[in-house]
Amino acid sequence: MKLLPRLGVTAVFAVLAAVLVHAVLNLPEPAVRLGGAVDKALGQSGVSHPVTAVLLNFRGYDTLLETAVLLLALIGVLTASGQVPGSMRRLPSTPHAFLQSLARLVSPLMVLAAGYLLWAGSHRPGGAFQAAAVLAAGIILLYLAGLLPANAASTSSLRAGLLAGFLIFLALAAAPLRNGALLQYPVEMAGALILLIESGLTLSLALTLAGLFLCLPDEFEEEDD
Amino acid sequence: MTPGLLFALTGIALFACGAAGVILAPHLLRKIISFNVMGSGAFLVLVGLAQRDGGVDAVSQAMVLTGIVVSIAATALALALARRLLNQCGEMRFPAETPDD
Amino acid sequence: MTVLAFDLLLAASLLWSAIRALTAPDPFRAVVMFIVFGLLMALAWARLGAPDLALAEAAIGAGLAGALLFDSVGHLRARSGRRPK
Repeated sequence: MKLLPRLGVTAVFAVLAAVLVHAVLNLPEPAVRLGGAVDKALGQSGVSHPVTAVLLNFRGYDTLLETAVLLLALIGVLTASGQVPGSMRRLPSTPHAFLQSLARLVSPLMVLAAGYLLWAGSHRPGGAFQAAAVLAAGIILLYLAGLLPANAASTSSLRAGLLAGFLIFLALAAAPLRNGALLQYPVEMAGALILLIESGLTLSLALTLAGLFLCLPDEFEEEDD
Repeated sequence: MTPGLLFALTGIALFACGAAGVILAPHLLRKIISFNVMGSGAFLVLVGLAQRDGGVDAVSQAMVLTGIVVSIAATALALALARRLLNQCGEMRFPAETPDD
Repeated sequence: MTVLAFDLLLAASLLWSAIRALTAPDPFRAVVMFIVFGLLMALAWARLGAPDLALAEAAIGAGLAGALLFDSVGHLRARSGRRPK
């Protein structure tokens, strides 16, 4: 790109930044304080950590749709990869022996850490997303160490695992529809329901996040003629 | 100046830098990195402005948590498309536009 | 006062690592600076009183995104190595 358009674009964004900084520094007092409202309603949510309560109870609809968006992204990656549907990539070289020993040592610990984060999300920082990230990292580590079987990606149980989280959440969200309200958990069962939903979410999101890495297009694919 | 306000201002600067990078960088990998920087800047503005009085706002934190996970899904999809383009065209740049015949 | 100094230093490092990630001459260096940016963002979330976000940013924003980007840099190198221009 020539220099003058480059300078022009940079100047435009510098002006934008200056305008936004001026706006932020002159903001009026906030009209609504949601932090206080969450604290007041925390007792009815079934968990004692406010962020988990917001994610899975007060704004559960957003989390439900987010799970669907992640599945759509995985479908997009699978479509773009252009290989045999659902197969994993081949490793470009044999992994080092040290990496294999390290992966064998560390992956049970990662599963344990993911389980703890999942359970701790109800009363401490943690929850389904963090647990799913650690679990997905464990799966990717096993793949990079060459310890995942090559046909691990194309079974129907894998597809069941990917869909389970979304379907459990959808079922538990739609069940109270008889009483006229989506996602209205009964207050005395809210804690147990949230834990059940989070377990399903952890499994599905871990498989989805690992699948986003494992199903990227390969460099060994056949060239189109 | 509370941490919320300071990090909101940082988020504005990051957003501007990221947006300039998305437009100006020719290499697709750099565009994707700039897009992520832009997203992180926007998240800082969200949480920073909500907490500019010094409290802790759980709703904006939950929204940004959702945003972080969705942005990595978008990054993965963008990388899949960029790699497909690399496999087919040999480089990670948009093909040069040819004049219409 | 020292807390404000730490916040200012963190904000400056965030901006610096982001600009280095956007202007690095080599894609590999850009990805390394992006991972540094992700970890500094985790610190920023911790300073903002958001430990869930710090955990998620460190695991997803720095870890998974870094792995995805490094893998793509490797793909880029393998591809341009196989077909020298």
